[in-house]
Formats: sequence, C-alpha cells, structure tokens
Amino acid sequence: MASVAVPNKPEALDSQELLTRVQTDRSCRQTVLIYYTSAVFWLLLGSVLAILASLKMHIPGFLADWEWLTFGRVRPAHLNSMIYGWAVMAAIGTLLWLQARMGRVRLPLPLLLPVSGLVWNVGVAYGMVAILIGYSSSTEWLEFPVPVLGFFGFCLVLIIYATLVMMMRRKVHHTYVSQWYIYGGVLWFPFLYVSALILTQAPHINGTVRAIANWWFAHNVLGLWLTPIGLASAYYFIPKVTGRPVHSYHLSLLGFWTLALFYNWAGTHHLVGGPIPAWVITVGIVGSMMMFIPVTTVAINHHMTMLGQFSHLRTSPTLRFVVFGAMSYTLVSFHGSLAALRSFSEVAHFTHHTIAHSHLGVYCFFTMMMFGAMYYIFPRILRREWSSAPLIKIHFWTTAIGSIVYVVGLGWAGWVQGLMMNNPDIPFMDVVKYTIPWLESRSVAGTLMSVGHFVFAYLVWRMLRGDGADQQGPTLLTTARSLRKQRERKARARERAREVA
Amino acid sequence: MNRSLFIFIGVIFTVVFSLSGLVLVPDWQFSEIGQFKTEDGTLYPQPLTGPPEAGRRVYMDLGCIYCHTQQVRPEGFGADIDRGWGKRRTVMRDYMFDPINLTGTMRTGPDLANIGARQPSKTWQYLHLYNPVITSPGSIMPPHPFLFTVGAEAVAPPDAVALPKEWQTPTAKYIIPNSRGRFLVDYLMSLDKSVDLPEAE
Repeated sequence: MASVAVPNKPEALDSQELLTRVQTDRSCRQTVLIYYTSAVFWLLLGSVLAILASLKMHIPGFLADWEWLTFGRVRPAHLNSMIYGWAVMAAIGTLLWLQARMGRVRLPLPLLLPVSGLVWNVGVAYGMVAILIGYSSSTEWLEFPVPVLGFFGFCLVLIIYATLVMMMRRKVHHTYVSQWYIYGGVLWFPFLYVSALILTQAPHINGTVRAIANWWFAHNVLGLWLTPIGLASAYYFIPKVTGRPVHSYHLSLLGFWTLALFYNWAGTHHLVGGPIPAWVITVGIVGSMMMFIPVTTVAINHHMTMLGQFSHLRTSPTLRFVVFGAMSYTLVSFHGSLAALRSFSEVAHFTHHTIAHSHLGVYCFFTMMMFGAMYYIFPRILRREWSSAPLIKIHFWTTAIGSIVYVVGLGWAGWVQGLMMNNPDIPFMDVVKYTIPWLESRSVAGTLMSVGHFVFAYLVWRMLRGDGADQQGPTLLTTARSLRKQRERKARARERAREVA
Repeated sequence: MNRSLFIFIGVIFTVVFSLSGLVLVPDWQFSEIGQFKTEDGTLYPQPLTGPPEAGRRVYMDLGCIYCHTQQVRPEGFGADIDRGWGKRRTVMRDYMFDPINLTGTMRTGPDLANIGARQPSKTWQYLHLYNPVITSPGSIMPPHPFLFTVGAEAVAPPDAVALPKEWQTPTAKYIIPNSRGRFLVDYLMSLDKSVDLPEAE
C-alpha cells in the first residue's frame, strides 16, 4: 500500500503539473459552472420558501388564502429545493471537479454533461411546480412525482459514466480516500432513488413496508450520498489548504468501510414506536450505534490533520467553512446515534428536535462544506478571484450564527415539547403554545442564514461578471492592514528576543 | 492503491444487503398477513373507495403529514393512548391496503389515526378546516378557506355550515365545502383503527 500523500504538494509543482491542472480545470468549467450556479439559484428559492414556511408556523393566517402557498406545500417545496436543487447539484459539481483534479484527467462528455445540468434543472422545476399545485406524492424526501425520475435518471447515468471513466483514465494510479467516497456516493444514490421510488409507490406493498422503504431512503440520502461527497470534500480540502497529509490512511479506510456497512442499516430508527416489527427497529438502532466507529475515525483523522494548523482558519475562506462542516459532521453523527435509542426517541420523535437534527446535518455539515468547496473551485474554473473578503466574512458569520441559533433553539424546544407531550396531564394546546417563541426564534435564525445566502449569491454573481479578475493571489480573509500589523508584531518580538540575548 | 473493482463490489453489496434485510425481508415476512374477521363477521381493514379515497388524495396534496401522524405508539411508550389518540397501538395490519405511507413523523398537531372515531362531528371538522381557531383557540394550524365558498343569503343552502355568531361577517354567515373539502372530511371520518386485533394486545 502506498503511503498517503496530499494530492500535489505546493513544492512539487512543475510547469507540466501546472499545465495539467489548468487543462483539467478548463475541461470542468462549463459543467461545474452550470451545476454550481443552478445550485445557488435553488438555494435562494429554498431560503425564501423556508422563511415562508417558518413564518406560517407562528402566524398561521399569513398568506393562508392561497392554496399553493399553504404550509403543507411550502414546506416540502423548501425541502426539495434544498435537497435536489441545492445540495445535489452542488454535490455533483464538486464531485466532478474533484474526480478530474485528483485523477489528473479531463472531464469527459464535454457536451452531454453541461446538458445534464440543464436537464436536472428541468426535473427539479417540474417537481417543484407539481408539489405547489398539489401533485406531491406525500412521501417525505420523495415528494416529486414519478416522471421526474426520467430527468434525474438521464443525468445520473451520465454522472456515473463520467465518474467511472475518470476513475479508469486517471493518470495518478493511487486512489485517494476522497475518490473512494465519491465512487461510493455516485453508485449509491441512483440505486437508492430508484428502489425507494418503486417500494414506496408501487401497488401491492404493505403500507408499513412503504414506511420502512421511505426511511431507509431518506436516511441514506444523507448517509450514502451527501455524507460521502461532504467527507470527500473535507478529506481533500483540509490537507490541501493546510499543506499537511491526512493523518492516517488506515483510519480513513476503516471509516469508509464501516460507513458503508452500518449507515445503510440505520434508517429505521426514524420509526421507533411505530407499527413496525420490533426487530426491524432494533436493527436500525444497532446500525446507528455502530456509526460511532466511522464517525470517530473521521473525527480523529480530521482533527489530527488540523492540529497545529488552526491559524489557517483566520485566513482561508474554504478552510473556515470546511472545518465548520467537519465539526458539525462529528456532532450530528454522535447526536444521531444517541437519538436512535428507544428512550431518547420516546421523547424526541415527532418533535422539532428532529428538525433541528436534520438541519445540523444537511446545513451545518453539508451545506457549509459545499460553501467551502465552492470558495475553492469557482476561482479555479473561472481563473479569477473573489472580489470581496468582507462579504465572505459576512457570509460566514451570518450562516454560522444563524444555523447555531436554529439548531440550539429548536433542539431545546423540541426536547421540552416531547417531554410535555409525554405527560398526558398537559393539554395539547399548552404544548403548542410553549413552542411558539422558539418557532419565532427559528424565523429569525432562518432569516439570518438567508441573508448569508443572498450575500454569497451576490459574490458569485460578481465573480461571473468578472470583478476580481485583475487581482493577484487568492482572496484571504485577513486584510492588508492586519497582515502589516502581524508583520510588525513579529518584528517587535524578534527585536525583543535579540535584546534579551 | 488500485482496487476499483473491489470498491465497486463492496459498494453495491452493502446497499443491496441493507435493502434486502430492512425492506424485502419484512415485506416477505408479512406478505401472508390478511384481513381480520371481527366478531360480527366483517373483515378489517377494508381498502378505501369512493369519497374517502378521493379525500386521501386531498390529504396528500395539502401536506397534512408534515404536522400530523397516523400511528399510535404502544402503552408505556409515550402518552399516545393516555391522550386518547387510540384505544390500542397501531400495527402492520392496520396499514395493509395503504397505497402510500401516511404514518408521518411530526406532531405539531395531534395524531389522526382515529380521528374519525374521536371527532365524529362533520360540522366540527368543516369549521376547524375553514379556520382552526374557531373550534380550537390557540391552534397554529393554517386555515383552509380554499376548500370552501362563503355566503350570507337569508336562506342558506342545505349543505351550508353556519358559522358561530362571533365569527360571522356581513358577507360570510355560513360556509359551503367544495368537493375537495367534502372528500377530505369523508377521509378523516374514515380514519378509525379501534377494531381489536390479537397482535395489538
């Protein structure tokens, strides 16, 4: 087994290597640009829908006359816009670029892949309209009507093909751990989607088996599709930005295979207490507990890689978002394992606690990870820099603070809500009333996060327009002034040291 | 290290393994499940037909599942039975004919597994759907005015539901459910899982 190396160390650069990178980046340009800009569009639409849904929860009469904007439609529209529009499109853009860059190969299918980006958008748009006008399948995470599979299937076949071709043509023989994760995710997701669609909606299947298939899918979309792409990004960007190799190759291998083996089985913990055979739920709980292994290995690996390198967080936008995401991954996974336990689930199931948990996963982990990846990849495919460091800072702090307020507030409220619901002496309406201030805090947090999204979209728009094209060197978060001060401090320290000597 | 084929097989194996174990085995294990013959000789459950079936479509398209579950947890696990949401826990057989999973995962509002038995008044259901705070002060459920037309004629049509005095306005003295509203209430009325089943003892 080859020792693990950071894919290309800065000191090892020669002109041939630079040329290859420029060529692979250029080959990705159109495709990744289409996937990324579409993702940002769906992120904004999803944010608007999120704010609408959140407001409707504590102002029930808000826009209530319009059937297509009723809560029960806006909420799934938000979820699907965020998952299939934002998260999946950002994931595809990222994985294609990573595969090309790590394998030193050009992106294949220069015509079909950009077309697939457009087709994916048509699929999402079709599904979104269907939900809003009342054709949702009412199956969580699978609300899009069946024909959307035609659009998604076309794209996924191309993505699988491109990934496999890049895997075979790669000029670097060694496969880096990120490639393992991408390879896994790209094969898992289409399998999950097709089989879950059949099992939840085909005739002659017991209604509860549909429920199991539903949560097998919904949990695995996060675990076997978004998580692998998110971890692939973390495994690539943390060593890349800090310039240090991944701490342990063997740990990353162990992490990959235990994830593959155990995450698969964890989904049924969403049905604890439900009309499901007890052994199915027990298996789900065991699977969730075993997730401690992959999560701990990934956490150790990332932490040991970052050790002594935390100062980079001050300057690198990519690293800031990626490390925030990686820490959230550890947190959400440990929390998820605990939440699977029967005693925990008895309280937290059916409450806002679950909503907080899912945002800790899809937002604090995956979305932040994708922001980090985009801060790295956009400048490389467009060969220009981000135009404003202060705006990047605003983006980071609004989304970071907003999401923390969201998760902590709703997580706490959900737990108390569960305790109150399990006490039959408390009238149900008192439980509802208790949650209202916390639902309001969620609206504030969601607005803060959305402000960050609009700032990010503005930055992307300025980048597409060409601002920052004449800038030399990467956009780092420290200003010239703070850098000068830092130099002065060091000079003073050196002088003092000389005087002492 | 180059083990593309090895990863490929491993990746496919893990996911097929879990699909078989979690979904296909239970489906096979319970494929023998049949209707239960109650003491008076009727079979339970029955697949929905007619207006309740059409109403399930309305329940789905309005996204009721995002706030309401349709499952009762067993005695001693949560307070579902103590809250009066059902006499017994719900089991697989209750859902054997369901063409879609509506068991739900969120209880912003109360459980509806037995709402037809718990709240058998259609008038209550219509008023509640039209504006939930009429019947349930403090509710944060959204009003569904689009399932109704309002009227204020001196002689109300036969299918009209009078609004309580304090909710009447000069232009709205009663509400008339449209077909979707009627179907939805017919569906809610059909939700009754109180038949005693041996496996739910």
